[in-house]
Amino acid sequence: MLPFILKRLGLALLVAITVSFISFSLLFLSGDPAAALAGETASGEDIESLRRLYGFDRPMLVQYGDWLWQALQGNFGESYYFKLPVASLIADRLSVTMTLGVCGITFALLTAVPLGVVAAIRPNSIIDRIALFVSVAGQAMPSFWFGLILIVLFGIQLGWLPPSGASTWRHFIMPTVVLGYYAMPAIMRLTRAGMLEVLNSDYIRTARAKGAGEGRVMFKHALRNAIIPVVSLAAVQMGFMLGGSIVVESVFALHGAGYLAWESIARNDLPTVQALILIFSMFYIIFTFLADVLNAWLDPRMRSS
Amino acid sequence: MAMSVGAAGAALADKANDTLSIAFTKELENVDSFFNSSREGVVMQRAVWDGLIYRDPETNEYKGNLATSWEWIDDKTLEFKLREGVKFHDGSDFNADDVVATVNFVAKEENGVKTQRNVNWMEAAEKIDDYTVRITTKDVFPAAIEFLSGPVSMYPADYYAEVGPSGMGLKPVGTGPYKVTEVIPGQHFVLEKNENYHDSPKGQPTVPNIDIRTIPDVNTQLAELFSGSLDLIWQVPADQAEKMAEMGDRFTVLNESTMRVGYLSMDAAGRSSMDPNPFTDVRVRQAVNHAIDRQALVDNLLKGKSKVVSTACYPSQFGCSQDVTNYDYDPEKAKALLAEAGYEDGFSTEFYAYRDREYAEAISSYLNAVGIQTDFKLLQYSALRELNMKGEVPIQFSTWGSYSINDASAMVSQFFKKGSLDDAQDDQTKEWLDVADSSTDPDKRLEFYTKALQRIADEAYWAPLFSYNTNYVMTKEVQYTPTADEVLRFTDMTWN
Repeated sequence: MLPFILKRLGLALLVAITVSFISFSLLFLSGDPAAALAGETASGEDIESLRRLYGFDRPMLVQYGDWLWQALQGNFGESYYFKLPVASLIADRLSVTMTLGVCGITFALLTAVPLGVVAAIRPNSIIDRIALFVSVAGQAMPSFWFGLILIVLFGIQLGWLPPSGASTWRHFIMPTVVLGYYAMPAIMRLTRAGMLEVLNSDYIRTARAKGAGEGRVMFKHALRNAIIPVVSLAAVQMGFMLGGSIVVESVFALHGAGYLAWESIARNDLPTVQALILIFSMFYIIFTFLADVLNAWLDPRMRSS
Repeated sequence: MAMSVGAAGAALADKANDTLSIAFTKELENVDSFFNSSREGVVMQRAVWDGLIYRDPETNEYKGNLATSWEWIDDKTLEFKLREGVKFHDGSDFNADDVVATVNFVAKEENGVKTQRNVNWMEAAEKIDDYTVRITTKDVFPAAIEFLSGPVSMYPADYYAEVGPSGMGLKPVGTGPYKVTEVIPGQHFVLEKNENYHDSPKGQPTVPNIDIRTIPDVNTQLAELFSGSLDLIWQVPADQAEKMAEMGDRFTVLNESTMRVGYLSMDAAGRSSMDPNPFTDVRVRQAVNHAIDRQALVDNLLKGKSKVVSTACYPSQFGCSQDVTNYDYDPEKAKALLAEAGYEDGFSTEFYAYRDREYAEAISSYLNAVGIQTDFKLLQYSALRELNMKGEVPIQFSTWGSYSINDASAMVSQFFKKGSLDDAQDDQTKEWLDVADSSTDPDKRLEFYTKALQRIADEAYWAPLFSYNTNYVMTKEVQYTPTADEVLRFTDMTWN
């Protein structure tokens, strides 16, 4: 198992480096980093002096090689924008994003899986229709709009929750619901479809014929098999939540890593963007890997393959 | 779960606990005023530090702040008598050493001050005695007083030498009316009244605490205002401000102009790869000027205190003569000029912008109406700047805020002295601007700026459009009168 894990991690690093090179190239294509750094009020002279100061006048490959060499030694450099070490800047923001991501995916799983199971057990019932409506609404509603609706309702009208910020657990309730609700429809529909398929299979009929209780049939036999694709999907969704919670972080003024990535791209803050891309791609890879391990535990047939 | 994450919760904002809460939209990169270039940075700079001179935003009169008097010793040397008894927030005394250290540090390009133009006119500073100092300029630089009243603040010599820009950004120390007690980079700043503030023309601070949170989304800012966790927000879009004004019993909505000017710049020099390039023909550029209903843009889109602008500078700036050719809205005349230039059926061009999509689209439709078909491209600022420097932009909608410097050199000289951003590349304009920029005689400066601005207008190198404005929304507990330079002045804020 250990050689397998090491091989996977080595591959992950290679993928992350490839991603980082592509993103590095794209950032250079998206505009003059010196002009972005200098800001709107800068003159041509300001931009030229920054270009020399940061070495943007060197060939792109040389700049990338320099960055990679430093990054492999754990040195992500200094943010061009904040003039602070990138590592500490990201560490501060990542805690918010991780908190939000874990809460979001937990909320999504705790609501989507039971709803999907119930909808599958009672197809075309009122509960199934409610589940379908919740799912369609979740996919149709833009996150920023849903977030603002919650802020108006719970933050202003009822005054139960703080509208924005991240200093207490109460600040995370609304962002968690918004982020979780975004991931929920896909998980719920996949759970429902998986359960419907499994419930019509021979081994479920066999289990029932042998006199197994309905609870045992549902959770031990059906859900265990139906949940396999859901685990993979949840891993991808978790990866998305870490990198893609930009809108939610912006609406709720959470200052997480997602928003930092977005802003850093706009500001051409290369060291910050590069470090974040590396971290986000590693997260994606790690979650996918963990999902594979979990699936292997859930389905012994996968272990041999 | 640990929630000690790096963002501030809503401080209890209000009169009851003497904390005035304000939102910033943009993350401020560094509180050190020499190492940021944003409007928010200017606000912090005026609160935390002082300059040698202060310009009254109402009368534009220069008054002594950290200096009590100043005089030109020769064309390139300014001598200042410094105010005695001023203390920095850390208790150290302010004297000539601080001025010398600050000026000599920021004037060196290798120290990387972000907006070089604010400081690169200074050669050096020398101490005459503890409270007398001389600043020499590299060239004759008549706008020195304006710059010393604006972006050039004085820092404590020993502390700055020890901590540098990063340290100053995290623990700022100045002589200003407010001292900084907490900084979470880019997110949250807490200011406290400086009880020992000197007798400054800025006035004494009255509100004891200022809490500033960065909230990127304006809708969230409005929500916080409704929920009582914010007292004042600014840069509110016109439509939102109008809605807030309708709730007159709860909020005060004020509008004030800013020094930012919107304009169209055209590739008169023929630098772009467009072939043939219609914009090299003065009649085409004049047609563009006649094609746009500036007043309609102001009335329907910008609203507030925005005004039509006809010059390549902001009207309040010294030297910004208004005695120039004006182009009224006349689409028929525009079509006739295009026909005269050989474009009876119009032509197609790329049209660039980097902000305010709705303004750019409205301008685009005016151009379309006279036959100039536009391929509209909205780019990131840095991408457009790069294209512009390469001379690859046939026509663009752009804006300039002059860093709130009330001198025409901060705008017209920025764009018409044959630099990489100069779309005109006109020797005559540059020659006149050189005279205006380097003369110490105000009358001569005015004469030559006027000549340059008249030429720019006659040749229609630009189509100046309008000035911008800012909406301020505050609770009824706050009393504040905004100024036209878009600097939030905490010393002018009081509780009702």
